Amino acid sequence: MSERLTVAKTYKLYVGGAFPRSESGRSYPVQDAKGAFLANAAQASRKDVRDAVVAARKALGGWSRATAYNRGQVLYRVAELLEGRREQFVAELGASEGLAAKRAQSIVDLVVDRWVWYAGWADKIATVLGAANPVAGPYFSFSVPEPTGVVGVLAPQSSSLLGLVSVVAPVIATGNTAVVVASQDRPLPAITLSEVLATSDVPGGVVNVLTGRTAELAPWLASHADVNALDLTGAPEATTTELERAAAGTVKRVLRAGAAEPDWTVAPDVKRLRAFLETKTVWHPKGT
Amino acid sequence: MWEYAPAPESRDIANLKPSYRMFLDGEFVEGGGEPLKTVNPATEEVLAEVSTASKSDVDKAVKAARRAYDRVWGRMPGAERAKYIFRIARMVAERSRELAVLESLDNGKPIKESRDVDVPTASAHFFYHAGWADKLDYAGLGPDPRPLGVAGQVIPWNFPLLMAAWKLAPALACGNTVVLKPAETTPLTALVLADIIQQADLPPGVVNILPGAGDVGAELVGHPDIDKVAFTGSTEVGKLIQCSVAGTGKKLTLELGGKAANVVFDDAPLDQAVEGIVNGIFFNQGHVCCAGSRLLVQESVADELLDKLHTRIATLRVGDPLDKNTDVGAINSREQLTKIAELVSSGEAEGAEKWVSPCPLPDKGFFFAPTVFAGVSQAMRIAREEIFGPVLSVLTFRTPDEAVAKANNTPYGLSAGIWTDKGSRILWMADRLRAGVVWANTFNRFDPTAPFGGYQESGFGREGGRQGLEAYLDV
Repeated sequence: MSERLTVAKTYKLYVGGAFPRSESGRSYPVQDAKGAFLANAAQASRKDVRDAVVAARKALGGWSRATAYNRGQVLYRVAELLEGRREQFVAELGASEGLAAKRAQSIVDLVVDRWVWYAGWADKIATVLGAANPVAGPYFSFSVPEPTGVVGVLAPQSSSLLGLVSVVAPVIATGNTAVVVASQDRPLPAITLSEVLATSDVPGGVVNVLTGRTAELAPWLASHADVNALDLTGAPEATTTELERAAAGTVKRVLRAGAAEPDWTVAPDVKRLRAFLETKTVWHPKGT
Repeated sequence: MWEYAPAPESRDIANLKPSYRMFLDGEFVEGGGEPLKTVNPATEEVLAEVSTASKSDVDKAVKAARRAYDRVWGRMPGAERAKYIFRIARMVAERSRELAVLESLDNGKPIKESRDVDVPTASAHFFYHAGWADKLDYAGLGPDPRPLGVAGQVIPWNFPLLMAAWKLAPALACGNTVVLKPAETTPLTALVLADIIQQADLPPGVVNILPGAGDVGAELVGHPDIDKVAFTGSTEVGKLIQCSVAGTGKKLTLELGGKAANVVFDDAPLDQAVEGIVNGIFFNQGHVCCAGSRLLVQESVADELLDKLHTRIATLRVGDPLDKNTDVGAINSREQLTKIAELVSSGEAEGAEKWVSPCPLPDKGFFFAPTVFAGVSQAMRIAREEIFGPVLSVLTFRTPDEAVAKANNTPYGLSAGIWTDKGSRILWMADRLRAGVVWANTFNRFDPTAPFGGYQESGFGREGGRQGLEAYLDV
């Protein structure tokens, strides 16, 4: 009796809610932690970056204007679906990061809980960071946080799922949209996460995921005039200064990377939520 | 002319059972008190028999809540508590139609209100507070926020499920365990909520729901082993509760009555104001603590506004709460109907001009036609006392200062409304109104992110928002 052959998955990009191949037609082999072939990933190009930015910009209006309650519910729904894909993520983490099953399970638990933590922030960040300003005059003055816009995210290179979720969730929880460059050598969990996003209620274009060479894609993201902010977490160390300089061309907000990749298992704070928010202050006179 | 065609919601959806039991330590059990019969106020038929708590049941429930607090809930990480509360939020939404129909049957409120306001807002309240459970350090209330312990909560009959949500959600999010007493006339949706809590697999004893009358409430509030009392209901009972917890060290929050002023200036968009006034006083048959029961109109537009109001109110459909077209449902109980009628006759006796909607009323059940009193003076009982029914008292003013003075001329201070096209005047008024919630060019808006609560005899403490968490935290 012959064994059944499994159907292998084709890993593609996630742009505007769809899964296209790279327009360049390129792909690159992805290996597991021991060096064995896992799959080919699409190798995104400069033009894919631009397509993704267009998709993110297009999605920004609807996503940023959705009520915070609605965004929170949509993000919580993602956590529900992540939970349902537990086994798949555990297997993928085992393959791509070489984690033992138990360790991989506890990482996936953290992934789901992390997503829930950020989902809960959607309708709370304004009350924590906003304020009624006690100005010295007959005016009502208040300040509220607003999303910065389209955020380019260079995802962590080492932690391919927990790290990824830890940088993407805060960006979209506050109403931004994201163009994410996945871990170069461990891109597969990012594409599976994209499948979760695509089948949840997150509108297409809110999160766009590119796989490929980070050093090739990052400069285009950093210099793109329609990108409002840049998260350098996964940038190759030698390139960060250059990327910051490129970002200065349109005064992007830049979240710098530490010397080493953070320990993503540590409970987060609101730093990443604050990083991609503007503060808007409104004045209105008082009087009869 | 078309014949009126009702659009009745099916009562089968309520999944009504002949009897309901109280929820104690994770189980539905028979209470030791005299069972009560809950009545459909629209038909006066008995809906179900509900077991009530005895004195020893209250003690058992408090003990169960204490155990659950000490052993499980009080020490559970916030992120885990959050996931339980998210489950409740989702299940309330999943069973929303059942809950809405049951609420309308038991309470008498129109199905469109229970369906579009009570149930979705209840679910939203759980959802919002779930997210706080692991974020309490960010609430800005002080370092190291800790739960209080066991909360005893007593809620009213006007929004039975929604008030249960307002009470339970923040208490649970902050790490407290709860014994909750629903109102005597409306216990059913709270017991379905208990079923949801059981399905959500909350540890036994974290939530206990004990139906009964005022004596059960008094027993609960007076129990020596509770750390927190939360009460929503009449100012009269609120004062008794504040008195009874004096000297005990129990933390107390009260959400009591109101006599809200709804202030209409001459530059207000009148048609929009009419809708807001109608919503303000006839929403939920006026059984709303924050109802806009005193209409203050600028003299120059008073006649015009009153005409428009009469025309609009006459179109309100009063009747079967399960008819999706119904605007005003049944008064919750005969007792409340009697109270409303008594206050209305005082208005007539004191010389106010009564106008009653010519709408037809059903033959049976507790119904009261929308009523408007013009020529009301501040000294009249209908301008001072909370009627808690579909009765509007209209007063006039000439200047903004006079509007403020009249609006604030009440021991209450729960809410107020302002209608004007001038933004600066809205904010000027809002600064001067002694009320916990001020609605401008809208009325009766509720959201879990927006703190709600009163000044002075409307109680203290807030529900919703960051500020609402304080009621359940040791900070």
